[in-house]
This record gives sequence, C-alpha cells and structure tokens, in this order.
Amino acid sequence: MNRSGQLSAFIRAVLSRQWQALVDLLPIIGVVLFFQLLVFRQPLPQLDQLLIGALFTVVGLSLFTQGLESGLFPMGETMAHHLAAKGSLSALLSFAFLLGFTTTIAEPALIAVSREAAEIAAQGQLIASEPAVLNRYALGLRLSVALSVGLAILVGVLRILKGWPLHYLIIGGYLLVMLMTTVAPKEIIGIAYDTGGVTTSTITVPLVAALGVGLASIIKGRNPLTDGFGLIALASLLPMIFVMAYGLLIFS
Amino acid sequence: MALLNELSANLLSTCRDILPILVLIFGYQLLVVKQPLPNLKKLVPGIIYVILGLALFLTGLEMALFPLGEIMARQLSSPRLIAAGDTLPAVSHWYHYLQVYLFAAMIGFATTIAEPSLLAVAIKAREVSGGTISPNKLRVTVALGVAAGISLGTFRIVSGTPLTLYILCGYLMVTAQTFFAPKSIIPLAYDSGGVTTSTVTVPIVTALGLGLSAAIPGRNPAIDGFGLIAFASLFPIIAVLGYGQYAHWLNSRTPKHNPRNEHGL
Repeated sequence: MNRSGQLSAFIRAVLSRQWQALVDLLPIIGVVLFFQLLVFRQPLPQLDQLLIGALFTVVGLSLFTQGLESGLFPMGETMAHHLAAKGSLSALLSFAFLLGFTTTIAEPALIAVSREAAEIAAQGQLIASEPAVLNRYALGLRLSVALSVGLAILVGVLRILKGWPLHYLIIGGYLLVMLMTTVAPKEIIGIAYDTGGVTTSTITVPLVAALGVGLASIIKGRNPLTDGFGLIALASLLPMIFVMAYGLLIFS
Repeated sequence: MALLNELSANLLSTCRDILPILVLIFGYQLLVVKQPLPNLKKLVPGIIYVILGLALFLTGLEMALFPLGEIMARQLSSPRLIAAGDTLPAVSHWYHYLQVYLFAAMIGFATTIAEPSLLAVAIKAREVSGGTISPNKLRVTVALGVAAGISLGTFRIVSGTPLTLYILCGYLMVTAQTFFAPKSIIPLAYDSGGVTTSTVTVPIVTALGLGLSAAIPGRNPAIDGFGLIAFASLFPIIAVLGYGQYAHWLNSRTPKHNPRNEHGL
C-alpha cells in the first residue's frame, strides 16, 4: 500500500470511529431534546456550549475506544500472560488484590458517596457530627470498599485458576447480602447497595476484563467466555457485604 | 478560558486515576516478571488516547449533559408539572408520577448506551465469542434492563416501599434464571450488572433519586434517595439472562440446530 493509501485508510478508520461514537450518543441527545422541547416546552439554554460539549463527548468517546484496543486491553492481557508464565501463585494473587485495591481507594465516585454516607450517619445520630469523626467514618468506609474490591479480584482470579463455577459464588454472595441486610442498621443499607455499582471505574473495567479473559485463554481447560468474565460481578457484590459489616462493627 | 480550565482539570484527574495502575503494572513488570512490556510503541499512544479521550468525554458531559440532566431531574417532580398547581398534594398517588417513570426509563436507556465501560465489555465479549455475541445487541439488552430498573426504582421512591424487598425479589429472579439460562451467557450477564453504572449514569441517576425524594412529601432524601444505582446494576443481569433464555428457546425450536449461536446474543 502506498503512503496516500495508508493515509486514506487511517482517515476512514478515524471517521468510522467518530460516527460510531455519535450513534452511541444519539439516544441521550434525543431524550434531552424530547423532554426539553416537548414536555417542558423550554428552549435549550446556552446552545453554543451544548454543541461544543456534544462535540467533545463524541471525539472523547472515539479516542477512548481507540485507546482501549491499543492500550488498556493489551496491557491487561500482557500482565495475565506474564504472571501466568511466571507460575508464582503469590505474585498473581497479590497483583490481583492490589489492582482492585489501588484503583478503588482513590475513586472519585466512592469518595463522594462515603462523604455523603458520613453525613447521613451523623443525621441519624449514629456517629457524632464532628469533622474528625465524620472523616474517620468516611475513610473507614472507603477502606472497607477498597479492601473488598481487592479481595473480590483475588477470589475471582483464584476462581479462574481452579475453574470454580461463578454462579455458586454469586448466589452465595446474594445470600450473605440478604443475611447482612436483616441485621445491619437501616441507615447504611441503601448506601451499601449503591456502593456495589460505583466501585468499578471506566479505566478499571477494561483492564480487569482483559486480565480475566487473558488468564482464562492461556490456562488449559478454561473457556474465556465462561471463565474469563465474572471479575467485575464479584467486585460489585463483595463491597455491599463489607459496607454492611462495617456498619455493624461501627454502630454496635 | 473556562473551557480550557475544565479540560485541564479533567486531564489531571484522569491522569491521577490511571497513575496508580501504571505504577502497579510497571512495578510488577520490573520487580516480579523482570521482562519489559512488549509493544511499548503501541501501548504508550494507547494509554495517551485513553487519558485524552476520557478527559474530553468528561468535559463534554459536564458542559452539555450533566447541567441539563440535573435541571430536568428537578423539573420532573415540580408541582407545576404533576399537580398543575403550586404545591404537591400531601398524599401522593403513584399514578401522579407517570412522566417520572417514563423519563427514568428513557434516561436509563440513553445513558447506558453511552457508557464507555459497557462498550469495553461488549467489545471484549465479541472478541472472546469469536464474533457470535453482537456488541450492539448486548448493549441494547443491558440498556433495556437499566431502563426497567431505574423506572421501577423511581416507583419505589414515589410509593415509599422498602428497597430490600425489591432487591430480594431481584436476587431470587436471577438465581432462578441462572438454572435455566445457557451456561455460556451467565458470567457475562453477571458482569453486565457492574459495568452499567459508571461515568455517565451515576451523576444523573443520583440527581434524579435525591431530587425526587426531596420533592415528594414524606420521603427522606438521606434514606430514600439511595438505591437507584442498585436497581440499575441488578436489572441488566435479569435482562441479559432473559435474552439468553429467549434466544436459546428460539434456537431449540428451529429444526436445524446452530451451534454457533448458543448463547443467543
């Protein structure tokens, strides 16, 4: 292929990614327009800002998908291959734990939720409403979530190695969540349920998925589809249990 | 100028998010694996694309979507729209809020389709299944699940019924489906519950929950405002398992069995 051919292929690839990103964002644009113009019957505020914002999201999303396939996915797979080839169980499991822990402890969504949770606990007079107490409570909550995500990735990786069926772990987890719900203070239940959803960030998910699928595809007897997925599910289940346990520990 | 400030703030926070991961990976490569990462020439631009892409995406969302979404979430429960008057009726009936359920479903669907983490898992699923799982079908199924979940979640806030009851029923449903769904779809279905609530969905859904529980008489935002995200992570599992069962059933009815499409997506 000559140089101009390469260039035009490159431009075509970039344009097709932009187009795909635009299609992905069309439903949101449609919902906003529908409610703003037809239900509320109000003009769109600051149209120029809206248009620039929409352009940014389209370009950003297409760049992100480009980076997924050339950056995050290969990085997760390479780690899976190298650590499995090394054959050291402790290296693999410690990596799994640290990946979960370090990506969660600094997660902005989690920091916001634990601050709110501290205020709710103070309102419910479960803890004293002094700044030092609030901060300690919020930090404790973040630590328990980060620990649980680390542990979840560790258990998930161990599951891939051993070939345990995922649904026993998940259904067992559901049982534990329900048991904890009956004993945990009611101020923490809603937050505990929600933390399960907010822990897995946009950078962590591709990396963790690539790690699991990478491991399952090189270990003999494992199927990438049935064994490779499941890490994210565990990482959204275990935090609920840990947050309720933290509530029990602090409030009793 | 404000635009540049916002963009650089988002660039900085994305770098801060990715830094611990890079330290961990390079640390393990250097100290434990003792091998350089192959293909650094492709990896490094890839990481830069991810950082730039996420920063642009977030800035765009903060400029265009989040302010509007929050205004809309608040306007929905305004007395003018519900009771055509200045105050909400003291006793709220669930059927006064039909447009809230509709908005919740539509916004749940739309934000999930735009969710980058779901896109990542869908791409991975296509790769792993050798192309038999269609990323778009998976994403639409998940988004329908989120739509149903958030819609039901707003109904729960309006009616003031206990969150635990809904979650318990959801768990029972997932457990029952697990026994009948095709094996190959189960782990992917469980995972799709965790990836739906991320960058795009969480801020808008949180605003909706807190706004709604603050507006409705007798609801406490501190207790009733939470729980929507739990709905949004549970119902996609039911949706994906259900779709897997449906496709499996369709497959078993056709006389010629097609093994390439066992999981149905």
